[in-house]
Amino acid sequence: MKLNKTWMRILGGVGLAALLLATLAWADNNTDIANEAAKQMAEATGAPSSMPWWAWPTILLFFCFVLGIIAVLAGVGGGVLFVPLVSGFFPFHLDFVRGAGLLVALAGALAAGPGLLKRNLASLRLALPVALIASSCAIVGAFLGLALPGNVVQICLGGTIMGIAILLLTSKNTARPVVTKQDALGLALGIQGAYLEANGEVVEWKTHRTLPGLLLFIIIGIMAGMFGLGAGWANVPVLNLLMGAPLKVAVGTSKFLLSITDTSAAWVYLNQGCVIPLMAIPSIIGLMMGSFVGVRLLAKAKPAFIRYMVIGVLLFAGGKALAKGLGF
Amino acid sequence: MNRPDTNAPAEQIAYANILFYGCWSGLALMIVTYALYVTGIMDPYVSMDLVTKFWSQPVGEYLTQNNVPTGWGWATLLNKGDFLNFLGIALLGGLTIVCYIPVIFAYLKKKDMAYAIISLLEVLVLCFAASGIVGGGAH
Repeated sequence: MKLNKTWMRILGGVGLAALLLATLAWADNNTDIANEAAKQMAEATGAPSSMPWWAWPTILLFFCFVLGIIAVLAGVGGGVLFVPLVSGFFPFHLDFVRGAGLLVALAGALAAGPGLLKRNLASLRLALPVALIASSCAIVGAFLGLALPGNVVQICLGGTIMGIAILLLTSKNTARPVVTKQDALGLALGIQGAYLEANGEVVEWKTHRTLPGLLLFIIIGIMAGMFGLGAGWANVPVLNLLMGAPLKVAVGTSKFLLSITDTSAAWVYLNQGCVIPLMAIPSIIGLMMGSFVGVRLLAKAKPAFIRYMVIGVLLFAGGKALAKGLGF
Repeated sequence: MNRPDTNAPAEQIAYANILFYGCWSGLALMIVTYALYVTGIMDPYVSMDLVTKFWSQPVGEYLTQNNVPTGWGWATLLNKGDFLNFLGIALLGGLTIVCYIPVIFAYLKKKDMAYAIISLLEVLVLCFAASGIVGGGAH
């Protein structure tokens, strides 16, 4: 029985991996066709694409569904996978991919927020000061991202994505960091709390190094707005490793935080016309459906290698964005 | 020794409740409006052929070639299938602002002025982002 379960896990993981790689390979081939068609159209030939209008949104819906499952199993946000992969393998311009990426991350964070807040795994006292800094800077980041030349953004995106992959590979979060003495700012703001573990144990927490932690959210906010990535990959290490919040609180608060940070950046993209409903809505729906399936699968299996596969895919997608930006 | 309180504070629960109903309403609205759009029940402002033609171009190109309004211009075109989709998106985008309102009052009631001011400033930041006052950076 145990052997069967192990084999089912392995087969399930391999199946998902194969599905993602097959979709990527397929999308990569067809992107070339789509890009070629777009180029021809740009040359004013006026020739429409040979694919019907519904083809790419349908492919995107299924692609995002798979992405949603994999994101949950790998423990990363949907936005961080969505932007590099969709901009690298689909025919959409990066402006629209970032707009959709922010909405994808926003919808996921809004849906997760109520449960996290009610279980006290997301703390308003921790999130509110951080959110004010990150969301203000996300607006700046969004304007920067839309004002900079496309190839510069591609290069920065590629570098960031590869950096995230390395961060995921090397970061060793601590379940319950030891905070012996709370710093003055953390104390003044009352950033502390307690939550109940599943076994009935009460875990109390407080923060230290609050000021440097808050200052780092200036950079995180700018990057979230600039690339439309969501920023869970950066929020969690800062909240957990630097500020000393327990991992569960750091993850919960980070997810909730995205609902505020991404709101400000998403409005900038929306107001600038960077949201095309035809491709943004299937992305949101697909990724959310995939996340629900992923959460159910997560309860049964934890294929660790999916995480390594995602790191590999991020390195590849980051490299591709870098190459695109450099004109190779 | 007193057992620490593991319950979420009242303002946190209030925030969570508004978020729950608002988020799922927004997503449901998004699915309905998208269905009206792609099934052709409501005519789009930008035809499907033109959307697929310009979605590989920078946003500036897409906007000028199709005469697409920026900012809140979409609100005047809600009779068009594509722009109707912005209702659900705007609901999701505005939800956090709504969630903050009871939180501000809860902190004022507690005389927690620091958090009341932080919450108020956040509402101003989000309203500023949503207003579209600053723009023109897109290429």
